[in-house]
Amino acid sequence: MRGISKSFPGVRALDQVDFTAGAGEIHAFLGENGAGKSTLLKILSGAQPPYSGTIVFGGQPVQFASPQDAQRAGIVTIYQEFTLAPDMTVAENVFIGREPGSRLFISYRQLEQETLKLCRRIGLERSPRALVRDLSVAEQQMVEIARALSMKSRLIVMDEPTSALSRAEVEKLFAIIRNLKAEGITTIFVTHRLEEVFELCDSFTVLRDGRHVGRGKVAETDMDGIIRLMVGRELGLLAARRTSFDTGEKALEVRGLNRRRKSSDASAIELHDLSLSVNRGEILGIAGLVGAGRSETARAIFGADRFASGVVAVGGREVRIASPRDAIAHGIGLVPEDRKQQALFLSQAIRANMSITAQDRISRFAFFISGAREDALVEEYRKLLNIRMASAGQAVGNLSGGNQQKVVLARWLALRPRVLIVDEPTRGIDVGAKAEVHNLLSEMAQSGIAIIVISSELPEVLALADRIVTMREGRVTGEMMRADATQEKLMTLMTVGSRQAA
Amino acid sequence: MTGNAKMTDAAAGGARRNFDAFTFLARFAPLIFLLLLMLVFALLEPRFLSSVNLFNVMRQVSIIGLLAIGMTFVILTAGIDLSVGSLLAFAGLVAAAVAKGGMQDRFTVGDETIGYGWQLAALAAIAVGLLGGLLQGVAITRLKVPAFVVTLGGMSVFRGAALLFAAGGPISGFQPDFTWWGQGKILSVPVPVIIFLVAAVIAHIVLRYTRYGRRVYAVGGNPEAARLAGVNVSFVIASVYVIMGFFAGLGAFVLSARLNSAEAVAGTGYELTVIASVVIGGTSLFGGAGSIFGTVIGTVLIGVLLNGLVLMNVNSYIQQIIIGVIIVLAVAFDTFAKSRRKRA
Repeated sequence: MRGISKSFPGVRALDQVDFTAGAGEIHAFLGENGAGKSTLLKILSGAQPPYSGTIVFGGQPVQFASPQDAQRAGIVTIYQEFTLAPDMTVAENVFIGREPGSRLFISYRQLEQETLKLCRRIGLERSPRALVRDLSVAEQQMVEIARALSMKSRLIVMDEPTSALSRAEVEKLFAIIRNLKAEGITTIFVTHRLEEVFELCDSFTVLRDGRHVGRGKVAETDMDGIIRLMVGRELGLLAARRTSFDTGEKALEVRGLNRRRKSSDASAIELHDLSLSVNRGEILGIAGLVGAGRSETARAIFGADRFASGVVAVGGREVRIASPRDAIAHGIGLVPEDRKQQALFLSQAIRANMSITAQDRISRFAFFISGAREDALVEEYRKLLNIRMASAGQAVGNLSGGNQQKVVLARWLALRPRVLIVDEPTRGIDVGAKAEVHNLLSEMAQSGIAIIVISSELPEVLALADRIVTMREGRVTGEMMRADATQEKLMTLMTVGSRQAA
Repeated sequence: MTGNAKMTDAAAGGARRNFDAFTFLARFAPLIFLLLLMLVFALLEPRFLSSVNLFNVMRQVSIIGLLAIGMTFVILTAGIDLSVGSLLAFAGLVAAAVAKGGMQDRFTVGDETIGYGWQLAALAAIAVGLLGGLLQGVAITRLKVPAFVVTLGGMSVFRGAALLFAAGGPISGFQPDFTWWGQGKILSVPVPVIIFLVAAVIAHIVLRYTRYGRRVYAVGGNPEAARLAGVNVSFVIASVYVIMGFFAGLGAFVLSARLNSAEAVAGTGYELTVIASVVIGGTSLFGGAGSIFGTVIGTVLIGVLLNGLVLMNVNSYIQQIIIGVIIVLAVAFDTFAKSRRKRA
């Protein structure tokens, strides 16, 4: 792939990216969240035309308008979320849409024989007639691989295939991938676990902020070299906070938080014996890559997901939080990761969006909403947060991302919380608004609110937090004060795990 | 008369908003359509505009209107209630039985001494409605069965209960103070019309100006966001079916009073007309958007349409076809307006 560029409204997701994987090699594709990996893979698999640049595959220039195009050419992508029909058999899933037989009828004999051959090739010991529902995650992944092989693919892209597998299952997957390599099939392997790169891959490419920043042979580099490539971003635009408002007085303490995945939801993230605390006036940063369990931690504390066990203490007193309502009653607020899906009522007025958590402050006789008080509330926070809007009656969906985020922040400020958890506070908002949101969070801390900031962007964590906790695979892997923290140290804790980092 | 007042209101709005004709049109489409329809009927059939006929229309729509108010709450949460007609029949029979003084006397027509007052009958109808709504609301929120399925079941259950209850036939012949609620007039305005309009005003206040109303919109607009903002989503969802049940009970009482009779087949097919009224009034089936004002317009619109068609001697089967087509067109229009707004 040469000179690939792709823009979304307002964002240039990929900028002149080159990507080369040699035939028959296992190629690691690395980068932080938001570096543009997914976008590039979607272009390669035909899922996201149009783009500019050229793709050369097997010596031929190609152009894919749809995933079917790419599959016909021999490129199959296996996503993290499987695309299997759980109530159909293994054989039906492998050949879905391409069932052997006549024009009208499916030949089940042929279907099952072909499937059996494929299963033997990759070592899946299951009947072609087994229902996919009854298979383990690892086995379902093998069905996906069998499907890819049935399409005679020469390049298989695997997006974080190991994230939901046990160690033994990972070994088995690696064996399959090595066998494919022996057959001359190329694999592009996306992962957040750097150890796996050294265990399995021949070469690597690193992407950062939509640009190609490095490629090479795995044998010729080491862990530190790759980490340096991944994080080498300038801190430039984000001015770090100088003063800390940490009072040393514990506002929130969480001990022994555990969260188990249900068998029905194989891709769910688990939390293991997780503990952390944050003081009044302190900003605690949680750093971790996607899938590390950061948002799950926030949701567990907030009572948004049922968690199996764990103790939450607010202001030194243990409390029971079974629902977001309980959390709010104890003065905990959550600005969720996905503003549009989880926080806003997009078609409704700014007014209604802002006052939803603060109805006590704007009602009369505990029942009626006072329009005057509500408008005063909106005006107060419009000024305080510098929200650019036409009127309180404007639909919140018409605001820019930054102003939408301010409306969500206003909602929680209006509640006068003790603890505010902010998940990806600046995702999808422009640089100017980003700085404003950072200032706001800092001011909130100054007013005595304990703040937990979750972010995929290390510069953001470094700019905001007084203290940083790193997470990986549902566990806390490290903790350091901002003064001691560097992007390299944090990235090591996020990708390699505490044992190697220590 | 009220129509005229609304018309000038809308015209004034048009002058202020003429910078965006489409938004204006989309917002007041039901009202504009109603006025156009009235104009057409007035031109085709002079009897249509007579005050007798207009009151007649209003009286006819008031039962559907009461149910449509309840249905607006349900649809605002992105729910649906198919059981309204059946629940209405059952509640009406219970009220009638209470008014007639119990089961054993129900066929002694003309017996003017036995029986309880209209107060107890009304309470019984409403209690049955509330209970029916509560059962369905709990089934939807606790058993996690979709509202469509629960109320489809309820439709059958309540109809069956009504048929069982009325095994011997309709219960009719009530005291005058009972029938007054359906047939009486205050200053020449039919009582059902007054009940409908008062209920509409109260419902409008509840939805627009109370904390509860805000939560109904929030749950319909984005249930996950509502939950994360501390709204008790299950409670809100269950409550709208209870409100629907209340209006089914109230409607049952007024209908029995108007007809001076209650029967098991009462309210058959009402669910369709009621849902149509709400949807034509601009309330989104996807929840979170809509108003009682729209529902009142939608209800009157359907009433006027049916009345006009009757005056013009249009076959009643054809009327059904027309109503069905209008429902689909109204939703298509809503979807179209929404996609246009998104593009803008």
